[in-house]
Amino acid sequence: MTTDRRPLFLMTPALLWLFGLMVVPCLLILALAFFRRGIYGGIEYTLTLENIALVFDPLYFQIFLKSAGIAGLAAGIACVLGYAAAYAIAAMPRRHQPMLLFFAVLPFWSNYLVRTYAWIVLLNREGLIVNLARWIGYEGELPSMLYTESAVVIGLIYNYLPFVILSCYAPLSRLNPDVAEASRDLGASGWTTFRRVTLPMTVPGIATGFVFVFVLSIGNFVTPALLGGGQFQMIGNLVYAQFLTANDWPFGAALSMVLILVMLGLLIMQATVAERASGGRTRADG
Amino acid sequence: MSRLRTTTYLAAALAAVGLPALADPLTVSNWDGYMAADAIDSFNSETGNEAELVLHATNEEIMGKLIASKGVGYDVVFVSSPFAEVLNNLGLAETLDHSKIPNIQNLYAEANALEHDPGNSFSVPYAWGTTGLCYRSDLVDAPSSWNDLLKPAEDVAGKTTMLATDRWLLAAGQLALGYSVNETDADKMAKVRDLLIDAKGTLLAYDDTTFYAKLVSGEAELVQAWDGWCNYGIGENADIKYMIPEEGSDLWVDTMVILKASENKDAAYSFVNYILDADNHRWAAENILYKVPNEAAMAGVDASLIETFPNMGMKPADMLGFEQLRDVGEAQRDYSRVVSEIKAAN
Repeated sequence: MTTDRRPLFLMTPALLWLFGLMVVPCLLILALAFFRRGIYGGIEYTLTLENIALVFDPLYFQIFLKSAGIAGLAAGIACVLGYAAAYAIAAMPRRHQPMLLFFAVLPFWSNYLVRTYAWIVLLNREGLIVNLARWIGYEGELPSMLYTESAVVIGLIYNYLPFVILSCYAPLSRLNPDVAEASRDLGASGWTTFRRVTLPMTVPGIATGFVFVFVLSIGNFVTPALLGGGQFQMIGNLVYAQFLTANDWPFGAALSMVLILVMLGLLIMQATVAERASGGRTRADG
Repeated sequence: MSRLRTTTYLAAALAAVGLPALADPLTVSNWDGYMAADAIDSFNSETGNEAELVLHATNEEIMGKLIASKGVGYDVVFVSSPFAEVLNNLGLAETLDHSKIPNIQNLYAEANALEHDPGNSFSVPYAWGTTGLCYRSDLVDAPSSWNDLLKPAEDVAGKTTMLATDRWLLAAGQLALGYSVNETDADKMAKVRDLLIDAKGTLLAYDDTTFYAKLVSGEAELVQAWDGWCNYGIGENADIKYMIPEEGSDLWVDTMVILKASENKDAAYSFVNYILDADNHRWAAENILYKVPNEAAMAGVDASLIETFPNMGMKPADMLGFEQLRDVGEAQRDYSRVVSEIKAAN
């Protein structure tokens, strides 16, 4: 046996960590989903499929679809905003770019809850935005901005936008300027060059950003609770409620498993997109 | 010399390792800010115990932990009465030996006759009160009915909040329709659901924790509130008032339960007895602004406090006229579903 064992040796701590703190808990959750809830919470160890079936009950499935809608909207808008920001940063002189990226991720240095509460301060009926409008001279009654679906979408976009900026910046900054120049030399307009050259080559970054925001948003329960005023449930709130208020752990586990499967599917799709695009680029480069 | 030093080190090391185990710490779980801030420290210094306080945010959170651990790891927990019932039904609550809690005689006679545990055999009431409406008397007309919250006047709509916790959220609808707060009949609960779904369209938010702050800022004008928590708003703005709607309220009781699995039962009894001491329980009431079911303690509460917070002066006999939330067993699952339906409705 002359195989070099060093890589295995170096990977062991990380693998143990992942196995113990990620794989095992996920398996426990998976197992939990097939048992019955005890009358006072707790778990009755009789096998059943009713929790899985309940996930597809119209009531709960509708919450799933609604969460996916909100997460999709947040991810879509974040991609447009994030891509534009990343494009602008990548177009700046190279020496300024690290500073601009630093500013983009600066919000991450503060706590997620604090950042979300900041939106409550801004959006509430007696908040900064309303007071600013009054100060400017607006006198009518302003529509309530806080505790609405839009407030939740805004909160999600705000919190996850830096991920999109970073994931789009990476491929944009690696683009060879000669390629765009060649496209223009061959007579393409600026828009055509962007649409047919730049955009296709940076799709993996957009896909990564989209999936990131989507996955983080669909399971989020803090933002809907704070900015939505608890008035509508996302799937994360439903899971939270099963574990912490309804004490129905098996159903919470079943919901989590379905959610994990949805996320896994998306991540695989994203990996496929990235794989294809990078394969395409290798051929183009060659 | 060197041998002496070695022995000293060894002794010191043993002491360091051994002490925490010998001290027998007592683990008490309570909601944040639900005891006087100095309660644990003064208990420790007065009785020589080593109690430590851990916090739970909700009844359900501590119940999840207790059920999972079969009660091991906790000695005394503060839970609302329906959850104390569950702990008793699961066999996790200690059957109380009143001879070890001499101060239990400080309780009102009414506090020994609570529906969930007559005679306080497995739980000791710590604080009690009602759930009603807390409002800005300078901004809205005084409400009289639960319908003033659930079907608000046009200028109040969008400026109301309701409690998010399943049982109290449902109780507002159950009381408005004249049902028991423990109603489980499917048809009646469907009516409660429909009423609460309609009410949802007029709400600013569901809020369990910051509703009084929303009243103070003027963001909300009329909210469903526990009386004691309304007092936090009254303390900041004297125009905030509390009232019980004509259809009534629930009587909620938060209790202390000693766990059967406790390995420090003497210290646990001593802690419960310490809390029930007239001075200590009065100090708790004055700090948390909730009524306590302790006659000797309430007798000592400063009259000016009751003047500022009128609901502190509510008579136990009047409160006993309201129904307590009870453990509804299997029907809890239906309650959860109804709440999900309300929250998922548009």
